[in-house]
Amino acid sequence: MLRIAGLNTHYGASHVLQGVDLEVPEGSIGAVLGRNGVGKSTMMKTVMGLVRPSGGEVELEGHNIFGWAPHRVARAGVAYVPEGRLIFPDLTVVENIKVAERKPAKDWPVDRLFEVFPSLRERQGNRGSQLSGGEQQMLAIARALVSDPKVMLLDEPSQGLAPLVVRELANVIRRMRQEGVTILLVEQNMKLAEAVANRLHVMVKGKVVYSADPERFRDEEAEIRSRYLTV
Amino acid sequence: MDTLAFILTQCVNAFSQAALLFFLGCGLTLIFGIMRIVNFAHGTIYMAGAYLGYTSVRWLGGFVAALMVAPIVVGVLGVLFELFILRRLYGRDGNAFLMVTFGLALVLGDAVQVVWGAPPLQVPPPAALAGIAFFLDEPFPVYRLFLIGFGTVMAIGMWQFLERTRLGLLIRATSQNPDMVHALGTDVRVVRSGVFGIGCGLAALGGVLAAPLVTASLGMSLAAVVDAFVIVIIGGMGSFLGSLIGALIVAFVQVFGNYYLPEAALAFMYLVMLTVLVVRPGGLLGKEE
Repeated sequence: MLRIAGLNTHYGASHVLQGVDLEVPEGSIGAVLGRNGVGKSTMMKTVMGLVRPSGGEVELEGHNIFGWAPHRVARAGVAYVPEGRLIFPDLTVVENIKVAERKPAKDWPVDRLFEVFPSLRERQGNRGSQLSGGEQQMLAIARALVSDPKVMLLDEPSQGLAPLVVRELANVIRRMRQEGVTILLVEQNMKLAEAVANRLHVMVKGKVVYSADPERFRDEEAEIRSRYLTV
Repeated sequence: MDTLAFILTQCVNAFSQAALLFFLGCGLTLIFGIMRIVNFAHGTIYMAGAYLGYTSVRWLGGFVAALMVAPIVVGVLGVLFELFILRRLYGRDGNAFLMVTFGLALVLGDAVQVVWGAPPLQVPPPAALAGIAFFLDEPFPVYRLFLIGFGTVMAIGMWQFLERTRLGLLIRATSQNPDMVHALGTDVRVVRSGVFGIGCGLAALGGVLAAPLVTASLGMSLAAVVDAFVIVIIGGMGSFLGSLIGALIVAFVQVFGNYYLPEAALAFMYLVMLTVLVVRPGGLLGKEE
């Protein structure tokens, strides 16, 4: 569904992505792990078109979307849940969702989103800035779903959330996959990534250096952790 | 003249002045809120609106036509200016916009002088609004009463546009996080062009409305740009409601200041602005950045 090959991105003089190769098959969840600053969020922004890539390929369902502007990538079926959620602070919950609802949603209309995220229904008239971190995260996901995406880019959704909320988040992520949304997840929380992903990838210095299915990952976890993930 | 009648007269003056200032400040704050650019040409655009209003009245023979034609013409020119010039500057620092919009002010100011000449031009109000209405035995110019009504209707209309329409929602969202709006599937470049056009059109509308009161003159651009900045600084950069409140405050300070202490009226306006800046550096309804 989503294929990234040889993706390169520069920020000024620094070479952040140095040839990322990654594939997320339709209906699956691919998780990318890695230390801070290895380029995980830059990869997400590059796929989304928010950062200009300097080389490589990005394909969605076999169509080349490399170098497209963000609104075109979104309209092609990619939804983005950014690191830090980036809820519109002065818009209400409903307005936050409406910004992304360019045409009436078929799979994920607002009523259905409120079923999946009951806390958002209760707070639908509140402004984004009045929500808790967990509610903001759910809102960021709801806002992404309302565009009926084929692929969702989920950047560090568990950041700053209580363990109970992370568990709820895992359920939401699994439910989205069941409904056919392909997900590329970037996480520091290894437990969450392991719990939901069909395939795990490890990124080091702008490259994917390791990929495995969850069984093999579990077997090799101790070694991977010490080699790639702990500081 | 008794006190009540005096206060009433001054209030009519102040509210009608506020209506003109609102169009000026509202356009500037919308442009700033969404593009983070300071439009130095705003006063000149307001002046150009007044001159275009003069010509529209002469050619089309009606003030109502001028009220529609001048803002649309200026709005379209604003969109073109954004498309071909400002768009190249996004991503650069704010000074680039300052220079370019200041340049626009100079060029547009000279263009107006070349086309219409230096002497001020009289724009008669439409016959229906030219008269005087009596209330409490005091005379009130009908045109000023019209300005109050028209300003109120337009302010409510703008507010409803921002709160209830999809474009209004996108404008508010873009002023909070343009990249996120872009990533959610809306081409923010189109929103930016549109808002710049709307902001310029509103300034031009203010210019047309001001013309029958003060004549169309080359001097009006400087006073207008200063007023517009004071309004937006008092109300808060980027806040629609702030521009409304700022326009009311500035209008009242100007009208009452001019009556009681004409030589210090301007200083008084700056004093109000300074006080606001000290107490709330982001403006009354603005956010500190």
